[in-house]
Amino acid sequence: MLDAMTAPVRTDALTKRYGGSAAVDELNLTIEPGEVYGFLGPNAAGKTTTLRMLLGLVTPTSGTARLHGRHLGSRGYLDDVGALVEGPAFYPFLSGRENLRVLARHAGMAAARVAAVLDEVELTERASDKYATYSLGMKQRLGIAAALLKEPTLLILDEPTNGLDPAGMADMRALLRRLGEQGRTVLLSSHLLSEVQQICDRVGVLSRGVLVAERPVGELGAGGRLVLVAEPADAAQARLVAAYGSDRVRRHDDVIELDVDSVAAAAINTDLVGAGIAVSELRWRRPNLEEVFFSLTGESRVAA
Amino acid sequence: MLLPNIRAELAKALRRPANWLLLAIAVTLTLTFAYLIPYAGYAGGTEGPPNSDLGLKSMLPGEFVGNAIGGMPVFVGALAVILGVLVLGTEYSAQTWKTVLSQGPSRGTVFAGKLAAIAVATMVLTLVLVAVSAAASALVAAVEGQPFDWPPLADVAGGIGAGWLVTAMWASFGALLAVVFRGIALPVGLGLVWLLAVQNLLASIAAPLVGWIADLQLGLPGPNAGSLVAALGARADTPGVADAVGGGQAALVVTAYLVAFAVSGGWLLSRSDIT
Repeated sequence: MLDAMTAPVRTDALTKRYGGSAAVDELNLTIEPGEVYGFLGPNAAGKTTTLRMLLGLVTPTSGTARLHGRHLGSRGYLDDVGALVEGPAFYPFLSGRENLRVLARHAGMAAARVAAVLDEVELTERASDKYATYSLGMKQRLGIAAALLKEPTLLILDEPTNGLDPAGMADMRALLRRLGEQGRTVLLSSHLLSEVQQICDRVGVLSRGVLVAERPVGELGAGGRLVLVAEPADAAQARLVAAYGSDRVRRHDDVIELDVDSVAAAAINTDLVGAGIAVSELRWRRPNLEEVFFSLTGESRVAA
Repeated sequence: MLLPNIRAELAKALRRPANWLLLAIAVTLTLTFAYLIPYAGYAGGTEGPPNSDLGLKSMLPGEFVGNAIGGMPVFVGALAVILGVLVLGTEYSAQTWKTVLSQGPSRGTVFAGKLAAIAVATMVLTLVLVAVSAAASALVAAVEGQPFDWPPLADVAGGIGAGWLVTAMWASFGALLAVVFRGIALPVGLGLVWLLAVQNLLASIAAPLVGWIADLQLGLPGPNAGSLVAALGARADTPGVADAVGGGQAALVVTAYLVAFAVSGGWLLSRSDIT
């Protein structure tokens, strides 16, 4: 059983206000050891502000934060913690290796760790090149390398795939999965539902600074709709309404959406084709982030 | 944790090309205005640009300390302001505060490391200018067949100490500006405007007309820096050099500004959010 007081991450009513508005509002969060926790929310939901408070970069207006049981700002608070916040940032006039050596000194780590982390993120070959010449993907990997310098048991990563091309995102996700499998606790923020579904064990959803839901990742984004394109569309719609009821059938131009279980797809296809209706598209569509938010919060629209 | 952080800051300072460029500019300006132009005026025997008629004596070894530190109240001081801004402001412009502080050191430790790096850098700057000035004066003496009458070691040490104090004070002024304005461009601009324009306007226009401004001037960093180097042999016709107050008082005031700039910068950094 987890001792909540020494959990890798624990916040109690953590709040940050700017003027009259709350960027983060009474956030209560507990992350268990070895867990890969996804912090999901749209832009301006308060994810980065929360992570900055956890790292001592931003002072909370009220509430408390503890990492491994140590209070925010106490001596050794960030021992065993590695972080990448809001994109990588390094000294452009230094090489990748020199940047890590400087950071190792700031961290009080031996320079020998630098070679190991460069190897871990597969950046050894370009380590002598100036940081300014790196691609965004390489910069992100250097950011992960910096986060790994202290051999942390807790990694706090803020949108680590932001701005990467599809190949870079795939590489980064593979790296993050590997890091999670090594027994580390990972707190990962993202605005991409698919990303947290691929990487995380549990997900907390933040909206307008409030934690609106926490779920095992399998439960988040479950369900969906059957999407169907058929000709003639009117005939298809009438047949589906007759079978499932009007409240479970929606039509947007030529596209029909059905609120049914995915296993019904084959039967629907057989029925429509048997009735002389040509089915040109039949697929299962998972809910997008906005729809997940709608289902979790009951809001009619999600703050952008 | 302080020593590793000082080493980290020194590593950054050593590898930053802009710092070496600042040193090269300081050396070039010092040699040009303390030796090249005066020597051209002396050798040509005709009217020339400012400082071209100072005579041979001003370029001989006996005067090298004053020549080395004479530029520190203004033009070398301006370069020191830029140095201080770069040391602190880079963390804002490159957004590296979050990267550094996420490694665990406290803000106070990192800031102290930066101040130590500034202290070392300004000492190197001072020593290089003193060494270059000594070499130039020796060259002039050799070429002109003059005796090598070096000043007493105590005068050399005093000059080095004063030069370091003045450049460190200006660099810490730049560091404070960088923390206040969270970047590089605006702090450099404002620092230079103060050092090169406002101080001159106060001294040349406002002070002669308004009594309290004349009194106020005696407490400002520039006039005290100028008085300190003047007390240690800098020529009074160098911009920014003037014996407005005594050397002892000037040293105290410059030290007070150095401490005030450093403490203010550290206090502000400790209280501000890194966003």
